[in-house]
Amino acid sequence: MSFLEVKHVAHFYFSPSTSTKALEDISFSIEEGEFISLLGPSGCGKTTMLSILAGLFPPTSGSITIDHEAPDANSNLIGYMLQQDYLFPWKTIEENIFLGLKLNGRLNEETKQSALHFLKQIGLEGVEKQFPRQLSGGMRQRAALARTMAVNPKLLLLDEPFSALDYQTKLKLEDLVFETLREYKKTAVLVTHDIGEAISMSDRIFLFSAKPGRIHKVFDIPKELRDVTPFNVRSKEAYNDIFQTVWKELESLEENN
Amino acid sequence: MKKIIDPNLLHRKYKQRLASEKKWVFFYQFLIFIAFFSFWEIASRQHWIDPLIFSYPTKVGHLFIEKIADSSLFTHLGVTVFETLLGFILGTVLGTILAAILWWSPFLSKILDPYLVILNAMPKVALGPILIVGLGPGFTSIIAMGAIISIIITTIVVYTSFREVDDNYLKVLRTFGAARGQLFQEAILPASFPTIISTLKVNVGLSWVGVIVGEFLVSKEGLGYMIIYGFQVFNFTLVMLSLLLIAIFATIMYKVVEWLEKKLIKDVEK
Repeated sequence: MSFLEVKHVAHFYFSPSTSTKALEDISFSIEEGEFISLLGPSGCGKTTMLSILAGLFPPTSGSITIDHEAPDANSNLIGYMLQQDYLFPWKTIEENIFLGLKLNGRLNEETKQSALHFLKQIGLEGVEKQFPRQLSGGMRQRAALARTMAVNPKLLLLDEPFSALDYQTKLKLEDLVFETLREYKKTAVLVTHDIGEAISMSDRIFLFSAKPGRIHKVFDIPKELRDVTPFNVRSKEAYNDIFQTVWKELESLEENN
Repeated sequence: MKKIIDPNLLHRKYKQRLASEKKWVFFYQFLIFIAFFSFWEIASRQHWIDPLIFSYPTKVGHLFIEKIADSSLFTHLGVTVFETLLGFILGTVLGTILAAILWWSPFLSKILDPYLVILNAMPKVALGPILIVGLGPGFTSIIAMGAIISIIITTIVVYTSFREVDDNYLKVLRTFGAARGQLFQEAILPASFPTIISTLKVNVGLSWVGVIVGEFLVSKEGLGYMIIYGFQVFNFTLVMLSLLLIAIFATIMYKVVEWLEKKLIKDVEK
């Protein structure tokens, strides 16, 4: 059995006048330590899939197991990163980073030290007592990474975490997240609409089609690209080839709609 | 020819201009003050206006000294300020608690929605007689008036701000497994803190209205009582004195709350 198993998941959204099928018959499995990207046009249910994996709400039908358990936000299994940092502006960086531990009742000297150590490791030393607005966008998103990592989650769910950053910062952060996840051997699912980002960071890409959202195609990233940092992937020849393939596939999807 | 710019000189001139403007503003404010009271005094003494109804400043001043001498003024003033403060605090705190309950149960908030609209539209001072009958003619019913007048509007404003908190903050907390109480404590309440503080300023004004009307009705003590008593015995000097005192103390209280607001909001945003 794989680390993460999704079987025949479907999901509906209801409003008084409409019922929308957001996801249809989604099945996939992910091995421990894998990095998967969910790529697709807007409205293809990527974020819905991620929320279901996070245990924020159950799917209308189908089953999910993460490390043999059903997804549950209370089990500390999952770390979630959003499009923006969403650091709490009235809390210091330190308080923000300890937040998950505090909510789980696991805040002690040891977990504190390891969270602060991680902060230092990603180059954010000396900002512990500062407030989020005193930091740049890139630093804030790094602090958000530290907040997510502090609870030591088994699975990281990344909901377009780089989309609000400028290009240079985005490239740097992609490398940082990539290396961090490698080092701590984390499994991750990234939602993105950026083909380059998906190719450079993942082991596999699930291309979603929209209305209803379903997996249209799975791309395996060649071994030679997997072990290189995202920034360097972009200069490889194989990168351009796979970019073209994914691009064409995405174009054909949009034409069909 | 190129003009030489001296930034220091320009800055000095700029500061001088600001200082001189400030001086003139103060001068005209002071002038209005003096003009108002002199005109009042003269107009009344010359019988341009009826001195029996409008009294005049020196007479009000004499009464003020007289009332201080027999120390009855302090009792009335103290009572009113105490009632207003308590009504204001109760109204704000209870309004916020009510908003928290509504946030806690969206179902309950849907049920109560039309009743909140009715209660908000209702002029609260109209409930005065009922309060007095129910709570007795004294402190309690006057404080209740001071509180009741601000409680519903506080509930509505604070509840709206609770609901406007960015869902993504809640998402962050929920992925950490936060319970509903933790959502409230970590995100909802602190994010709404500036709104709660700004309702304080509105509520302090409302509480004065509630308390003065309450004192009109109870007619036992306080500045509101002084007004109604002066009116009944046709002593308008007493009415004027009460009005001036209310103006002064309401302003002081407003200023204190404003200062508190600045300080608290600065702490939040620091």
